Amino acid sequence: MSVQTPVSSDHQLARLLQIGVVLEEVVEARAAKHAKELEDIDDDIRGLLTEAAEESADHRERIEALVEGLDAETIPFGEIQTLVEQRYESDQDFDGVLYDQLCNEETAYKFYDDLIEAIEASEAEFSIDRSVLLDELASIREEEETGVEEVTTLMEERE
Amino acid sequence: MNTANQYLKAIYLVQEIEDGPASTGAVAEMLDVSPASANEMIGKLENDGLCNHEKYKGVDLTDDGIVRARDALQNYCIIERFLVEVLEVDDFRTEAQQLEPVIDETVAERLDTIIDRQPQCPDCFDADDDVCALLELEADAAD
Repeated sequence: MSVQTPVSSDHQLARLLQIGVVLEEVVEARAAKHAKELEDIDDDIRGLLTEAAEESADHRERIEALVEGLDAETIPFGEIQTLVEQRYESDQDFDGVLYDQLCNEETAYKFYDDLIEAIEASEAEFSIDRSVLLDELASIREEEETGVEEVTTLMEERE
Repeated sequence: MNTANQYLKAIYLVQEIEDGPASTGAVAEMLDVSPASANEMIGKLENDGLCNHEKYKGVDLTDDGIVRARDALQNYCIIERFLVEVLEVDDFRTEAQQLEPVIDETVAERLDTIIDRQPQCPDCFDADDDVCALLELEADAAD
């Protein structure tokens, strides 16, 4: 055990980005599953879930491109989808689904925020351009922030 | 990033191993930091009411310190198990330590939705082996 800088090499950066990909895959799989399982869901929630799944797929592809630049691989979506299916709890009501979606968006935001902070604190040189990396992560973080606001608005409308 | 949580977890584990107060030297060794750094952080934790430090005796976590240490240990277990079960990382102990400061509990909770963690976590953590005693490792290749 040691207190170390978390991002001091290509390998460590790739590992963190791989985790980002998995988080996006979890969001994508859970949002798609919710939209499918809940038959009498209203259009607003269905629209939100569909959009969330699409946005996560887009984020995943953008992070995968960064991981590729580091000469590493990512976990295929199908594998994560299977794990989500295996442990999915289907007895969630609408509030539960919205809350789950809020957690998804907040978690992704927090992850990118911490990752950006860790990269900025690191003096390591990476195989991919640092400014391209930080710009891409900041852009994704901003979209996650918007996602949090969208879910919060929808939840407030239902109170 | 939360170095304080890493210290709390280390003190908790050293206390388990030593079955009593943790010596600052053992805490420093576990975290691979200098005794001076360990003493400084332990002083901060004591000011925050998370531990009590008596010279020549060692460090004892308070009830609040134990709660935070156990949460940190649970996060660490999630990271280790995730690395083994999902990413299939051989050197998962080293990598979990590197990831620990940047994977906070919110993120760990999401990773927890796709791993097979047991309800008794973190009581099943083996401090000597730095891994959950219930985690099945393929032929223990990582040792």
